[in-house]
Amino acid sequence: MTAPTASRSSVPRGPIVNSLKSGQLPRFIELYTAIGALVVSAGVLALMSRLNLVGELVVAAILYLVGIGVMSSIVENRRKATDRVVRGLVTVAFLLAMAPLISTLATVIIRGIGVVNWSFISTTTAHVFDPKTLVVSTHTGALQSIVGTLIITGIAALISIPIGILTAIYLVEYARGGNWLSRTVTLLVDVMTGIPSIVAGLFAFSLFTILLGPKAFSGFSASVALSVLMIPIVVRSSEEMLKLVSLELREASYALGVSKFSTITKIVLPTAIAGLVTGVMLAIARVIGETAPIFVAASFTDNFNSDAFNGPMNTLAVQAYAAYKFPGTDIQASISSAWGAALLLIIIVVILNLIARIVARVFAPKGLR
Amino acid sequence: MSETPAVVSGSQGNDLGGTTKKSSNTVNRPGAPVGGSARSIRSKSRPADRIFYGFSTGAAVSIMVILAGVALFLIVRAAPAIAANWATDPSLSTGATAGHHTFWGYVAPLIWGTIFVSAIALVIGGPVAIGIALFISHYAPRRLAGALGYLVDLLAAVPSVVFGLWGIFVIRPFLLPLTNWLNHHLGWIPFFSGTASATGSTELAGGIVLAVMILPIITSISREIFLQTPRLNEEAALAMGATKWEMIRLAVFPYARSGVVSATLLGLGRALGETMAFALIVSPSLIFSLKILTDGQNSQTVAANIATSFPEGNALQRQALIGTGLMLFVISIAVNLIARIIVTRTGPDAKTRKAKATIAQLPPSDPSSVLAVDDVLSGRHSSPEGTARA
Repeated sequence: MTAPTASRSSVPRGPIVNSLKSGQLPRFIELYTAIGALVVSAGVLALMSRLNLVGELVVAAILYLVGIGVMSSIVENRRKATDRVVRGLVTVAFLLAMAPLISTLATVIIRGIGVVNWSFISTTTAHVFDPKTLVVSTHTGALQSIVGTLIITGIAALISIPIGILTAIYLVEYARGGNWLSRTVTLLVDVMTGIPSIVAGLFAFSLFTILLGPKAFSGFSASVALSVLMIPIVVRSSEEMLKLVSLELREASYALGVSKFSTITKIVLPTAIAGLVTGVMLAIARVIGETAPIFVAASFTDNFNSDAFNGPMNTLAVQAYAAYKFPGTDIQASISSAWGAALLLIIIVVILNLIARIVARVFAPKGLR
Repeated sequence: MSETPAVVSGSQGNDLGGTTKKSSNTVNRPGAPVGGSARSIRSKSRPADRIFYGFSTGAAVSIMVILAGVALFLIVRAAPAIAANWATDPSLSTGATAGHHTFWGYVAPLIWGTIFVSAIALVIGGPVAIGIALFISHYAPRRLAGALGYLVDLLAAVPSVVFGLWGIFVIRPFLLPLTNWLNHHLGWIPFFSGTASATGSTELAGGIVLAVMILPIITSISREIFLQTPRLNEEAALAMGATKWEMIRLAVFPYARSGVVSATLLGLGRALGETMAFALIVSPSLIFSLKILTDGQNSQTVAANIATSFPEGNALQRQALIGTGLMLFVISIAVNLIARIIVTRTGPDAKTRKAKATIAQLPPSDPSSVLAVDDVLSGRHSSPEGTARA
């Protein structure tokens, strides 16, 4: 701050200034400016008596960007000012993305935590008519949705994992270098990743109404819809994992005279198993939260149904949607059941993600860790 | 590795039986004519080989069958509704499809709404996502970068219905003051005109929640591409006295441009097909509307229209909805294909093109593959593909 800006342009007179340190803002200026911006914005908003957290942060961010830009362009130069402002902008962008994440998780936990208890998990939703008071009271429960989620996702996984991993094996082990089939399949897998989830649901609905008649809602139909979404994810992640297995391992195996089948099952797959499991877990976590395809293919119900081939089935995601969109007579109970289902769903997704991370870390083969 | 090309290439060209030749000790050098005794030694598990090859080829073929099935069943199911006479058919003149004379008149405003709200999401979310990617790849402390990237990936793990509920209870009331302010002061702009919403169920609220949902896709792909910028290019720019931002503008952006464009298009593809957030938050109608701050004058999207009209539709109306789904299918596949074509055709040079193509083909919002790319890029594994940075 002490160094005059004139010393940069004109010939210095008087005592020699350290040219390396001149024309620079102090080291922690960005931290100081950020704190200053927070304080000033809090003060301004308090004077206007509109103090809230969001407004405070927004005003502080604007103050910070303007402040650091002005100071830097006075003391330093335009280029450095731009640099500092951009640094501030990308940091703000990151904080901006954290806001919805924290807000979503906090909202779901706060609103759902009072709903989720053992009775919510272990019973089904029921509407009870009390003849004395003539009021229909709703008992919220998610058992039908939990069972439905497990059955539908389980069947989808049973369909998708073998097809996905075998396709990946074909692409990596048998078609390396690329014949027409592998090129086509790679392209089609790309296309499949772009299928909107609700279109997958419509496909399953069309398929089963053509095969079985107009009222063909079933859990299995929803599983088929989820498989369409899950197969490309499994293929992609498995393909990446199999490609990571070093070629030397395969060569060593072939050099010992081991057949291709044994090389794949005894060498390649065990080496890549951690990655494969991780990919599968994340694929399950991804489709378990799907709402639209299940809603279209399996409809929704409050009744307990564990027969995947007959009648509508509920999942947690569908319960969260349907309870809000088509509430019963007791609207408050319906909405709280939606939040309860949302919280359970988040918990399941987080657990699946954690398992995936742990598997990836713990069971990775020693050589590749 | 290069000393034994015969074995390596065997996995590409030859049939299975030929690849697993038992290399006996008596053979002098590879490629020399092998005696009858060596040739007679065959791997015993050839049936297993054949069966396994059959299974994996069958799985690959089944992908083609499934995709063909999706297109076929949608077309078969939608055809009656597309061909029906909408003006006279009694089952189409009631309910959700009333007042539309043809299928195309029904689907056109839906397609407009889908594209419009996706554009809003992209305008809001795109720059933020690229900023985040830049922050994680070039600004955040190295030690924290991985964890911060994981936080953004967590956004992708949140189910869409949860975002929908969050939008209803948090974003709608949060946006009300902004809605009123924009409508009051900037109402002369077509987007902000009309009667300001009192509930908050606006196109803007839907667009913002969609923007949050496409953030992680655009961020994770852009981040990987930013990280692939050749280190020497960056250091050269810095050595010339460029500031960090100038370095990014001169070295990183030109390198990553096509990748970022295709990442944005993949984000668009996700936004086009997103159903639940819009269906829960926005109160729409089937119109061509630019207004984003009103109740009931919001353009409806294809996916949300299917979700809301499907339960109460009759058979023919459901077929009409399947027809709109078919249109959505075509549009989002076109967007996805364009994204992939951009990334494969316009790489900076041939060598890096392959690595970038691999990354852009990752499934949207699939952290596992991002994980894989992370591992490849950090050079911890010797990948058979040969990656951009060793």
